[in-house]
Amino acid sequence: MNKTIKLDYLARVEGEGGLTVRLKGDEVVDARLNIFEPPRFFEAFLRGRRFSEAPDITARICGICPIAYMMSSIQAMETGFGYHVDGMLRELRRLIYFGEWIESHALHIYMLHAPDFLGYQDVIKLAGDFPEIVERGLKLKKLGNDIMTLIGGREIHPINIRVGGFYRVPTKNELNSLSDRIKWAREAALETVRWVATMEFPDFEQDYEFVALRHPEEYAVIEGDLASNKGLSFPISAFEEYIREDHVKHSTSLQASVRGRGAYCVGPMARININFEKLSALAREAASEVKFGPGCLNPFKSIIARAIEVVHACDESLRIIEGYQMPEMPSIDLTPRTATCYGCTEAPRGICWHRYRVDEDGTILDARIVPPTSQNQRAIEDDLLHFVRKNMALPEDRLAWLCEQVVRNYDPCISCSCHYLKLKFERDLDGDI
Amino acid sequence: MATKKRPKLAVWKFASCDGCQLSLLDCEDELLAVAREIEVAYFPEGFREVIKGPYDISLVEGSITTAHDAERIHKVRRMSKTVIAIGACATSGGIQALRNFKDVKEFARYVYPRPEYISTLSKSTPLSDHINVDYELRGCPISKVQLIETVSAFLNSRKPNVPSHSVCMECKRKGNICVMVAKGIPCLGPVTHAGCDALCPTYNRGCYACFGPKESPNTGSLSRWLGERSGMKDKDIMRSFRGINAYAEPFRKESEAHE
Ligand code: SF4
Ligand code: SF4
Ligand SMILES: [Fe+2]
Repeated sequence: MNKTIKLDYLARVEGEGGLTVRLKGDEVVDARLNIFEPPRFFEAFLRGRRFSEAPDITARICGICPIAYMMSSIQAMETGFGYHVDGMLRELRRLIYFGEWIESHALHIYMLHAPDFLGYQDVIKLAGDFPEIVERGLKLKKLGNDIMTLIGGREIHPINIRVGGFYRVPTKNELNSLSDRIKWAREAALETVRWVATMEFPDFEQDYEFVALRHPEEYAVIEGDLASNKGLSFPISAFEEYIREDHVKHSTSLQASVRGRGAYCVGPMARININFEKLSALAREAASEVKFGPGCLNPFKSIIARAIEVVHACDESLRIIEGYQMPEMPSIDLTPRTATCYGCTEAPRGICWHRYRVDEDGTILDARIVPPTSQNQRAIEDDLLHFVRKNMALPEDRLAWLCEQVVRNYDPCISCSCHYLKLKFERDLDGDI
Repeated sequence: MATKKRPKLAVWKFASCDGCQLSLLDCEDELLAVAREIEVAYFPEGFREVIKGPYDISLVEGSITTAHDAERIHKVRRMSKTVIAIGACATSGGIQALRNFKDVKEFARYVYPRPEYISTLSKSTPLSDHINVDYELRGCPISKVQLIETVSAFLNSRKPNVPSHSVCMECKRKGNICVMVAKGIPCLGPVTHAGCDALCPTYNRGCYACFGPKESPNTGSLSRWLGERSGMKDKDIMRSFRGINAYAEPFRKESEAHE
């Protein structure tokens, strides 16, 4: 008997995608994450724009993680032109980025992922039985948004972020006004870790290659080199040499080895596996309390990884606010130059890599952007395949539900991934509305 | 509770970044209360269950960029009593309408290793080019306050209280010092639709028109000002109008005049 588990429209993910697992008799022959999000061609229309427009334009790739795009493009331009923005401006960047992590992780943990584990269709139904828990999640999410709004002007597509710094920087008092709520949030995040750790995790592990940014002093977010748990270590400018999917034509020996290893995984699980010792002490304690740490290879436990990162984000945010002194200038002056510019930062879902070629006037000649979800697509498909293989005996409904969960483990952001999509593109799947 | 029939809300997505529909999930304080008043019948970004139409209100995010979507939007129209277009994508074609000025086939070849897999229309267009839209909410992203106001206005059969004047007016009302006059910072506030409470000027920055054109904007006179007073070249003026709402008619014409 041949059968197909097919979901035309995957709910509770950002963007439009579906999944198909095809079985022939007892053999799983194919597992696919189908993406039918229409392409929007960002790289193409970035050509001819000024370097300074890149943050506001690339933000529109994704409304869930605009800061990631803004920061990666900014880092690219600044380093390409020979600048490094330091001190309080750099701290403010980290702070607004943590705002995005808190918001995005809280959204995923409470509104998108927890309902899977607990057997609810959505967060409203979850709130029917667990009102206090959902309220805690919403409050946490809102705090993330409020950090972004205070610094960025608004939470979605903030207007106050630019190459060189900001247009206006907050006063010490303005930032202090958030302290008490962040202290509350830190406690709420600890509660969140304990709560998600009680969920029931299917017994499933994969031998992942995790890739994340690594920084000598920090749990890397806004800059670093790239590293993997299987020995890769290289500057972001070498990304295309090491990380190439099937389309690679010319290759060096290093590329070949990566290609030989196949899929890799970015995001909270990757970061925790690679940078665990750089987490704040409190975040590490929270992890050990629930017996979570590097070496975890169960993708369902990514919900714990996210919760631990929220603890870290709150902890660091407080530290930044405490040490904050309002900088004299909201940004540094920059002169563009002919350059190939590389940027890579840790979006909530993993590394977001940018490359631009810019001419001496600062006009963009060429652009390439690799968002996190398109990097996770192969890992998602591998997980699906192996998960179904292992769990064929389950009733079909249950298996389909779990397959969705397998995809949601990655918090896939399909709006993000679609514009650079290398996956099989199945137009005939979206026949229904 | 169960006896009272709640109006049904659907949220649809076309070509977009998800930001406008996220605004709905970003109403953290209101969400649970709203869900008591309104039945969230279709909203795949946040809700797994699908409740069949017809729907009382459909919020539609995104622009039309594929043949398939050009059909799908008609289905949405047929199933909905009220259709509200949310955001720059849905009301002007959005940033992806930058393709409208270029060759989309070249775009596909540039971005995709296998352009033959991509099926797309040569233009990104607003919903109103395809269907009759009951109301349009501007912004990239929309304002949450305006969203809540508009939905509750429609549920109570009254007119939404959403002003249609310019960002400039919002600045004046707020007592902001004009960034153009005081600092010579180029600003599209005079021709841009209100709704953001003059956010950019409040942060010392010129408006880049993410809310699109206001009613009958005097773009020509602003361009002259930008050229003479801010020393902007034609190329820069062209780029200013060719942004997030590039295909909105007044902006399209003005950018073409400087090409
Ligand atoms: S209008 Fe802007 S925020 Fe809204 S969906 Fe389009 S790109 Fe995103
Ligand atoms: S000032 Fe202009 S660009 Fe800034 S948020 Fe308002 S409408 Fe958008
Ligand atoms: Fe995203």
